[in-house]
Amino acid sequence: MTTMSTVNAMTEKDLNRNVRKARQQVSQNEDLIFEKSSPGKAAWKLAPLDVPEVDSAALLGAIERTDLGNMPEVSEIEIIRHFTRLSTWNYAIDLGMYPLGSCTMKYNARVNEAVARLDGMANAHPYQPESISQGALRVMKILSDCLIEITGMDTITLQPAAGAHGEFTGLLLVRAYLESQGNPRKKVLIPDSAHGTNPATAATIGYQVQQVASNSSGMLDPAAIEAAMNEDVAAIMVTNPNTIGVFESDIAKIADIMHAKGGLLYMDGANMNALVGKARPGDFGVDVMHLNLHKTFSTPHGGGGPGSGPVACKKILEPFLPTPVVVERPDGSLTLNYDRPQSIGRVRAYYGNFGMFVRALAYILANGPDGLRQTTEDAVLNANYIRKGLDGYYDLHYTGQSMHEVVFSDKRQAKLGVKTMDIAKRLIDYGFHPFTTAFPLIVPGALMIEPTESESREELDLFIDAMRCIAKEVDESPEVVTDAPHNTRVSRMDETAAARKPVLRWTPS
Amino acid sequence: MRYLPKSDSDRHAMLAEVGVSSIDDLFSCIPAEYRLQRDLTVPRQMAESEIVQWFAERSRENAEGLTFMLGAGAYHHYRPIVIDALVQRGEFLTSYTPYQAEIAQGTLQAIFEFQTMICELTGMEVANASMYDASTAAIEAIMMAERVTGRSGAIVARSVHPEHREVIATYAKYQGVPVSEVNFIENGRVDVKALEEALAQSKVACVLIQSPNFFGTIEDVAAIADVTHKAGALLAVSITEAISLGIIKPPAEADIVTMEAQSFGVPLAFGGPYCGVMATREKFVRQMPGRLAGQAYDKQGRRGFVLTLATREQHIRREKATSNICTNQALVALMATIFMTVYGKIGLRELAKQNLAKAAYAAETSGKSAEVLFPGAPRFHEFVIRTKADPVEIREKLLKKKIVGGLPLAKYYPELGNASLWCATETTSRAAMDAAAEAIR
Repeated sequence: MTTMSTVNAMTEKDLNRNVRKARQQVSQNEDLIFEKSSPGKAAWKLAPLDVPEVDSAALLGAIERTDLGNMPEVSEIEIIRHFTRLSTWNYAIDLGMYPLGSCTMKYNARVNEAVARLDGMANAHPYQPESISQGALRVMKILSDCLIEITGMDTITLQPAAGAHGEFTGLLLVRAYLESQGNPRKKVLIPDSAHGTNPATAATIGYQVQQVASNSSGMLDPAAIEAAMNEDVAAIMVTNPNTIGVFESDIAKIADIMHAKGGLLYMDGANMNALVGKARPGDFGVDVMHLNLHKTFSTPHGGGGPGSGPVACKKILEPFLPTPVVVERPDGSLTLNYDRPQSIGRVRAYYGNFGMFVRALAYILANGPDGLRQTTEDAVLNANYIRKGLDGYYDLHYTGQSMHEVVFSDKRQAKLGVKTMDIAKRLIDYGFHPFTTAFPLIVPGALMIEPTESESREELDLFIDAMRCIAKEVDESPEVVTDAPHNTRVSRMDETAAARKPVLRWTPS
Repeated sequence: MRYLPKSDSDRHAMLAEVGVSSIDDLFSCIPAEYRLQRDLTVPRQMAESEIVQWFAERSRENAEGLTFMLGAGAYHHYRPIVIDALVQRGEFLTSYTPYQAEIAQGTLQAIFEFQTMICELTGMEVANASMYDASTAAIEAIMMAERVTGRSGAIVARSVHPEHREVIATYAKYQGVPVSEVNFIENGRVDVKALEEALAQSKVACVLIQSPNFFGTIEDVAAIADVTHKAGALLAVSITEAISLGIIKPPAEADIVTMEAQSFGVPLAFGGPYCGVMATREKFVRQMPGRLAGQAYDKQGRRGFVLTLATREQHIRREKATSNICTNQALVALMATIFMTVYGKIGLRELAKQNLAKAAYAAETSGKSAEVLFPGAPRFHEFVIRTKADPVEIREKLLKKKIVGGLPLAKYYPELGNASLWCATETTSRAAMDAAAEAIR
């Protein structure tokens, strides 16, 4: 008897008998836009030209382009339907809980979108004179001040375009500082629980990566760090709370170990949403850190970007911040200062992802100090509520006190041949986005669950119920889980075949 | 707090369920001396109406209703209404990176369409799902060329956007990538002879040019490719004005094309977020950074799309990855995809032609009272003029008419004297261009 035949024998009703959050509905098919194109259709209309026409062939000669190949030709209604149909194939925070650990999928308020689209914000040119850019500079200044206060640091740059770009910038600050002290050093210490971007970033800057093992509780071990620390080590990159969602209670001791031998403490701020209003990295010894505005400060993930990764740091690193920085003149007006001889230079053109600054600041203003604190508390409460609710159903690999996320393992289920990815796929049938699978690497078969503050008790109960039902299914009919998802437009894709002979663009048949 | 879906009684019940008496018990893992015992000093909680009003005031401080004759890598074009109508759908706006393909086919198919359109426009065989912006895409192209050739270093044209060169310098300095520059000649184009000599002296991995370049001049890509390839280096071409591809032949001789797709329906937004592009030859795809969507099939043979070739990326390869890049600019790439779909095969050309005509008129009228620099080579929609008056003063004068004039170039190219860089797009009215010509007199 194969597992397939068992599942095939089940009626849809059987398969979905425990699914409370979602039900199937008709989903529109939609071809690629190129497959809908035909000559003569158009969705554009230009205003009449108010200057003389030009002879482009005469102006451009041999470099004139006359054919745009297979670019589509479609009408406006087809465009609206095309992208609307595509959109319905996505799961989204707006549809329900999105418990991707480490990604912080929280509610993205619509007022943020509205204010980012105001004429003076959306249509401000980066090189327009400062006299007509005061509003934009004010947004940058106030956001900077808020983020400095929230992190407990001394200064900040908003320029990095995303979290990994912030890591890059932060480590460059470390390097430039150490160089100014006479020796940039050779190595960066990175815990084995770290995000993949940490070692990738250190390597990008020319540092050797030295991995430090977590202890038996999944925590940083000050003794191991002390043993690894010497005059060759520039910094340690620590995520706090770490990637198993636990606060590194020895963090200040680790800062002392680093500082005693002239190294610095870098904090990956991916999990800052567990600390806002409750504790400040600047107070527990962090020298430099990045923030992900698209995580903690609710700017939308948008299917994978844009992000924004400001870097906050202590006074000693300030001379090295990227150019330019926003400064206040004695008359209260704002200006961009480019005269920074010790600066690491630019890390991207212009001033960073300004549109994200507007949204993040709107989020901070909507919350205020009380709202920010309550947000953090609710995020931590939600994660602990899930931990309690799934206790006894899934194995908790490390038992330290959870903050904003909880990491289970598939140890029990794996014995029956069901892996974390299978559980994740089955969760889709129950109407949820999966949790993060197989990360952090220090938890074999990890289920990394981060509910965020945006979930009501009712939604959390539905999630817990779904996860319990799946645990039961693993015991009773594991093939239902290993073959999941069953209710989606497409089932699991053959990713191996896709990578072996990659088809990365459409071509006419 | 209105974003939080809980009553206090919910919270109490949940705390009881968890088995703690107060919320602070859940924070007891933070050593007491580091627990914040006060309110953060940030502005008080505001009503939505107050937030809208606050930003409307900042928007007005920024000046509204301007006409731009300013480009320099960021361009004011008309944005079709359908773009914002579609990208604000929650299923696009509030979804994550499409790692779970079964419930992310919308984003994945849109990326696949983006990649296809970028290939069509740039003449390249593969394009990735987007980069942060053109400046970071340019340095990623250099690093990619190093991986492909096994050589080190780059020669960068001085007519590449100055801020892009600054970004390249930052990366290069800390990675030990030797970067030198090659100057431009009287017509604004790269000094090919000097480039040839520089290539003979050092075995660099990459030559990076921009076309149309920072002055708006279109480079002789074929000639530059010729000397570059003879020296065994790769040619990377940066395009900061994507609309130019509507009427200018793509740099098909290049090995890597990077681009800023901001002009494709992305708001200026004071410099970001924008949409970097990277496209290349199929044979180099495994050395390419960033996310890629690829076609795939499920068990039932249904076509779909997945993120593919992930073994290049940081979450798999960690310190051995092709780049530390993690995010792309998905939502901004979606704006660009919708823009490219709206204008399409015919409209993009017509739009580009309007830009060409507007700039030709602006250069001609300005040229009556100022010197138009770099004659003798074709331009797209930007041009450099040298004026008697200080360009900063001209700018101030024009601002009174709500026109944002050209960028003074003294900071970047002091040898050009009172030079400034002007731009005209389909949004620049004849009246504005006439006013500008008047102001430079």
